Amino acid sequence: MLTQDLSGTKAAAATEPSLLFPYVLQLADTSLILAHRLSEWCGHGPILEQDLAMANIALDLLGEARSYYQYAAELEGQGRTEDDLAYLRSAVEYRNPLLVEQPNGDFAHTILRQFLFDNFHYHLLRKLKDGPDAQLAAIAEKSVKEAAYHLKWSSEWVIRLGDGTDESRKRLDKAIATLWRFAGELTTPTAAETALQEIGVLPDYATLLPEMQAHTEHVFAEANVPLPTAVFAQLGGKTGRHSEHLGYLLSELQYMQRTYPGLTW
Amino acid sequence: METLEKVLTPEEQFQARIDADIRIEPKDWMPDAYRKTLIRQISQHAHSELVGMLPEGNWITRAPSLKRKSILLAKVQDEAGHGLYLYSAAETLGTTRDQMLADLHSGKAKYSSIFNYPTLSWADMGCVGWLVDGAAILNQVPLCRTSYGPYARAMVRVCKEESFHQRQGFEIMQTLCEGAPEQKAMAQEALNRWWWPTLMMFGPKDEDSPNTAQSMNWRIKRFTNDELRQKFVDMMVPQAEFLGLTVPDEKVKWNEERQAYDFGEVNWDEFWSVVKGNGLCNHERLQARVQAHEEGAWVREAANAHAAKRAAREAVAA
Amino acid sequence: MNQSEWPLWEVFIRSKQGLDHKHVGSLHAADATMAVQNARDVYTRRLEGVSIWVVESKHIHASNPDDADAFFDPAADKVYRHPTFYEVPDSIKHM
Repeated sequence: MLTQDLSGTKAAAATEPSLLFPYVLQLADTSLILAHRLSEWCGHGPILEQDLAMANIALDLLGEARSYYQYAAELEGQGRTEDDLAYLRSAVEYRNPLLVEQPNGDFAHTILRQFLFDNFHYHLLRKLKDGPDAQLAAIAEKSVKEAAYHLKWSSEWVIRLGDGTDESRKRLDKAIATLWRFAGELTTPTAAETALQEIGVLPDYATLLPEMQAHTEHVFAEANVPLPTAVFAQLGGKTGRHSEHLGYLLSELQYMQRTYPGLTW
Repeated sequence: METLEKVLTPEEQFQARIDADIRIEPKDWMPDAYRKTLIRQISQHAHSELVGMLPEGNWITRAPSLKRKSILLAKVQDEAGHGLYLYSAAETLGTTRDQMLADLHSGKAKYSSIFNYPTLSWADMGCVGWLVDGAAILNQVPLCRTSYGPYARAMVRVCKEESFHQRQGFEIMQTLCEGAPEQKAMAQEALNRWWWPTLMMFGPKDEDSPNTAQSMNWRIKRFTNDELRQKFVDMMVPQAEFLGLTVPDEKVKWNEERQAYDFGEVNWDEFWSVVKGNGLCNHERLQARVQAHEEGAWVREAANAHAAKRAAREAVAA
Repeated sequence: MNQSEWPLWEVFIRSKQGLDHKHVGSLHAADATMAVQNARDVYTRRLEGVSIWVVESKHIHASNPDDADAFFDPAADKVYRHPTFYEVPDSIKHM
């Protein structure tokens, strides 16, 4: 079905690098910022085994981000490198959704943030890997395997925390109250995404929703936690309207490149 | 004919096996002192891996390129893995990881003092990899042949993984030294701070290390502190020269007769002071570990509680 | 003190198809599902495996080193169990 819709659009995508570039950058920013957040846990996890697990996920996302940045640089064709794109753009130029820049909080916050992202990420990659843009499809093909594992990991942790102790349940509830409003942005297309959806380069996010919803329902049922009913979606990150958290994150991330412009490390 | 063969005591049999390079395995008889010394040594090593994540972890969020960020994260993660392998080896001797962590957190157990020094610049990531890991490897490679089986096997795994750590550190230094003048200066400044503390990593002078003889007999230590320190200097001075850096010790000089480098005296007052807890970062390093463990308690309890609930449900279903 | 410590598990990894699972070490996990995943995260970061077994350490029963002589020495004099014990004329092939 999808491939039929997309036939004949390959040329369209190829001729529209200016349309694709900001979106690939958005994917890159998203994976990088979440990887950065996860890497903040390194050395501080609740147990060694999970410290390793979180670093593995961060490394997967970092690798994925680099592939996107390299592709974005190629699409742009201005001679910028992956590091120029990551280290020399300001907060308002960043295109990641608000969810991934939210601080780690306690382990429940980190888990819930990860679950909400993984559930979208995995289902998106499954479509992208069969999409018409060969480069994007190749990156998605590799990343979807990683995302499948991430989703398994975060889903199981949501279940453990929901169906664990009174305290873990309380903390998960608090994380839901804080983070749920950021979930909607993932599947709310921006004008740029809509344009790519119209030429078939991106899947219509509505087609991802049934499976995402089914998985969420399954996990929350197992966790014995009622599904949040709030549907308000806080939007902004994907169009550069970020929360205050991103500025601090970027000043750390970009510290070296900003302090010593133009050097090789 | 009367036999004069003497019946060997368990201690003598044990030592005979060690002398014959036969590995000791977890359920084998062993002297209490051997067991205790090993638990202390292995857990101290594990704690060092764990605390050692902090000074480098400090730079993961500030690494200057995406490539460096990936490498550093992978490396610090490896250290978590090494801590885990070593805790597991110690657990075969009848202690628990929780017990070992409690000893770390109470200050009863030690970890390598090198991690009580702060990492102040990106070049410190180079120095930690090149010098600190270089020193660690000298200690660790001989331990792959140590007498206690699980420890030796853990060390084989550690050394295999560790081999990229020193190289990435050297590569950071080399990039800095071949870069802009401020990068080279950054490298030299870092070397000035890390050189002496690294020499201290090998421990007190042999004459002040009373347990060395017993540990060498048991083959849980295979070279003396001073032997390793000398080896390290001999290895590092030419590498520093290659980089165009100056080792901050005026006494460093090739000794033709000894076929080794002479070098100056470590500041032992500083060494003992940091061991006793007065290093710049002793307090915050330990605090970071205690905090991670305490704040993780509810997570570990939740997972246990969930596992118990699930097992109970499965038992009912069956 | 141990109320939050997860049980200990032994990890066995098949490094490639066709080989046995081999003991590689141990780790802590709250349940079997987590133990398999932890094993993946801890012990296969460098493509070390294609399959994982875990077993809770308390379920392993081992022979006693004190019995080693009685258990294993009797096999030492059964040389006739090994093919090299038998002399086969040079002219006989494929044996």
